Amino acid sequence: MSRGGACCNTYSKVEPRKGSQLKLHELTIHQARSLLKSGEISALELTTAAIDRILQVDNEVKAYLTLTPEQALEQARQADARWDAGEDIPLLGIPLAIKDVICTEGIPTTCGSKILENFIPPYSATVIERLRAAGAVILGKTNTDEFAMGSSTENSAYFTTHNPWDLSRVPGGSSGGSAAAIAADECLGALGSDTGGSVRQPAALCGVVGIKPTYGRVSRYGLVAFASSLDQIGSFGKDVTDCALLLSVISGYDPRDSTSVNRPVPDYQAALLPDVRGMRLGVPREYFIEGMQPEVETAVRAAIDLLAEMGAEIVDISLPHTEHALPVYYIIAPAEASANLARYDGVKYGFSFPDATDVWDAYRKTRQYGFGAEVKRRIMLGTYALSAGYYDAYYLKAQQVRTLIKQDFDRAFELCDVIVCPTAPTTAFKIGEKADDPLQMYLSDVFTLSASLAGLPGLSLPCGFDGEGLPIGLQIMGQTFDEPTVLRVAYAYEQATDWHTRMPTL
Amino acid sequence: MKLSREEVEHIAELAKVGLTDEEKTLFQEQLSAILEYAEMLQEIDTTTIPPTATVLPLRNVMRPDEVRPSLPREDVLANAPQSEDGYFRVKAILE
Repeated sequence: MSRGGACCNTYSKVEPRKGSQLKLHELTIHQARSLLKSGEISALELTTAAIDRILQVDNEVKAYLTLTPEQALEQARQADARWDAGEDIPLLGIPLAIKDVICTEGIPTTCGSKILENFIPPYSATVIERLRAAGAVILGKTNTDEFAMGSSTENSAYFTTHNPWDLSRVPGGSSGGSAAAIAADECLGALGSDTGGSVRQPAALCGVVGIKPTYGRVSRYGLVAFASSLDQIGSFGKDVTDCALLLSVISGYDPRDSTSVNRPVPDYQAALLPDVRGMRLGVPREYFIEGMQPEVETAVRAAIDLLAEMGAEIVDISLPHTEHALPVYYIIAPAEASANLARYDGVKYGFSFPDATDVWDAYRKTRQYGFGAEVKRRIMLGTYALSAGYYDAYYLKAQQVRTLIKQDFDRAFELCDVIVCPTAPTTAFKIGEKADDPLQMYLSDVFTLSASLAGLPGLSLPCGFDGEGLPIGLQIMGQTFDEPTVLRVAYAYEQATDWHTRMPTL
Repeated sequence: MKLSREEVEHIAELAKVGLTDEEKTLFQEQLSAILEYAEMLQEIDTTTIPPTATVLPLRNVMRPDEVRPSLPREDVLANAPQSEDGYFRVKAILE
């Protein structure tokens, strides 16, 4: 595998992943499906290969919090029986990983927190029901920053996940476990959640494809809530085709989620055309800032140049309130989180402080010992922003600037069809490097926050590597419910390059 | 600093999160830094701008007022730290 030392402009050619040359765990979902359909491989062999791979590398990558191998093998056996009976549903026998903020009935769901260490959900999220209805195999639950709050997975109360491209570095966050599991071939597909960038940023840092859908596209029923007006479940894949496939399965109206939009889901596979001729790609000048890693800018601009060569029209646009997205997000998200996390009081589930003197002491101590530092910080920030005397200056103000951020996009989309820009300002940083400075950590999200605040779909896919061999991500943002155009631009770029065929050496 | 120690203690009490003395000091510094950074919002004139609470046009999404099956009681109590006679057991609320 090509690795390290290669500048983004010169790279040694690596053969694209061909089914016959790849080990089973290295397959993409679409490659596995053709081999399953033709009978060349069985679902049992495929899931066994994934489990073997996990056993081989996960003590170093540490992507998984909980593994469910026996259940996975049984699901695989059932999938084989169904294939044999002539059934063919989109994910039949495909082994997937699920971020541990998504409820899975009977399987511990910790949200990366000690406060839910022993929590076993009595129900599964809608997305899980949809995956199971499509025949998917669930391998286990992946690591996450606690309650999805973080950009490195270092805030997990259990352990940090390591970036498969360089084990001394973070995979990004908060869906770092899922992104790393994909990059390390420890699953064929994965789900994550994205509130301010938590699918896109780890996708960029781990060199995989990740999408955050339009707000309301995918049901949040069964997603443990962090910030209700921002949270969305997203999919990870080894390539755009896989990411789109998973998105198709999980998308759709759900009456159990009052923020779910009743709008038909387009055929995302049909959108994957390698043709961008005549499409207008907006390049926002505010997304190329001082302080970003020069190689990231070089790689992203090279990607934009390639898209221009392929026939797209490049349009210079401005999103003037981009820099304000950071304080807006870090007021609104914590404010919503302070309300959503009030339920963790040790009464109905989770950790409960055993020797409290009275009910208030019980709440204080349960939350003091159950929550980690970042969670406490955000609850405090949010509580302050909503409190009497400060609500207008902080929360209301932030909501008003949120309107301006949305209006920036509305104006930009009069001039372009999608927006292309970097996903993250740097490649993967070292574990521990930003852990002591929360504000530094928050700056990793500067390019992903705006799409969340505006409710727009955003995707990250690999567009190169830096001098250390670390992946660089290209972000594509679209209009509401215009995932098809986002996916099309992504697919066209991907098929004209081979970044997606490169794998870390583990 | 933007926040006083008393304010940190007040917020912690509102949020019912116990803090050690070290945490109070640390959070006072960190939260102050974040809030100072957020001051940049004050430079924007928002007098005529409506707030965005949700990006969706949906409002008051309701379902029909029909009784539907709920989770079985055993499932509801399965994760309870303390339960008794089919109830969650809690500390006394009233004296």
